[in-house]
Amino acid sequence: MIASLLPDLAQATAASAHPIPVTWYLTLSLVLFLVGVLTIVSRRNLIYVLMGVELILNAASLNFVAFAAYRGPQALLEGTIVGTFVVVLAASEAAIALAIVLNVFGAFGSVRPEDPNLMRE
Amino acid sequence: MNAMTLTFLVLATATIAGSLIVLWSGYVVYSIFGLMLSLLGVAGLYVLLGSDFLAVTQIVVYVGGVLVLYLFGIMLSPPDRRERNVTLIGACSVLGAVAALYLLGSARAMEGRWVLPAEPTAAPEGELIRQVGRAFLDRERYLLAFELASVLLLVALIGAVYIARRRVEAEE
Repeated sequence: MIASLLPDLAQATAASAHPIPVTWYLTLSLVLFLVGVLTIVSRRNLIYVLMGVELILNAASLNFVAFAAYRGPQALLEGTIVGTFVVVLAASEAAIALAIVLNVFGAFGSVRPEDPNLMRE
Repeated sequence: MNAMTLTFLVLATATIAGSLIVLWSGYVVYSIFGLMLSLLGVAGLYVLLGSDFLAVTQIVVYVGGVLVLYLFGIMLSPPDRRERNVTLIGACSVLGAVAALYLLGSARAMEGRWVLPAEPTAAPEGELIRQVGRAFLDRERYLLAFELASVLLLVALIGAVYIARRRVEAEE
């Protein structure tokens, strides 16, 4: 069962003359993810936090598509479809979240993440 | 260094540079254009990986739609140039660098033992989009998820309009 999942390792290493190893894509998406996390934790503005979320979603999607592309055409199809769903979810998330940010500004006069604290005693 | 490696490096540089602009710039509009650069770079990487459908979707939806939304959001919200929390950025950068080194080390240890073929195998020209269309509308595969996504988009957009509308004071 496991053996059928693994392609021929010798063949895989022999073919690794391909200029771009998948590790490069993983490294790039790692950096993108880290920058997104840094944006979220370090910015004092809700709109930047949302942009950080977009960066993280893109990093995850890039990682997914990279793995799918190196796995073969059938996997690339699945990767493309999942990536499309990620784009759809990110679009609706951005629309809703920006509307909420607008309302937060209207209610509190500020877009800092720590200002909405009505429920604090 | 052949053309493909060069393309990858250029696109990777654009992606990282854009995200760093998002992280560092003091002006919201600059950050949005940095985000645009980053998203365009990712779209180019999708092309490089052979997934042109996803690349076009990324450009149309993200760069065309979401970023315009962000720009409008900026225009409707106040300018806010409060400084970044630099010590937090420093601490998290150190943590991130350690995590990156660890991950790179384990990735190098895995190199040559990937369960993956060593190069991407692209579908023939135009074949991918045809397959994506079939898979989306196939009852046994993604039809349910596709319809759910469309309902979600409808709900999200109507909800966004409802939440963000200008409140008219109720009379009497």
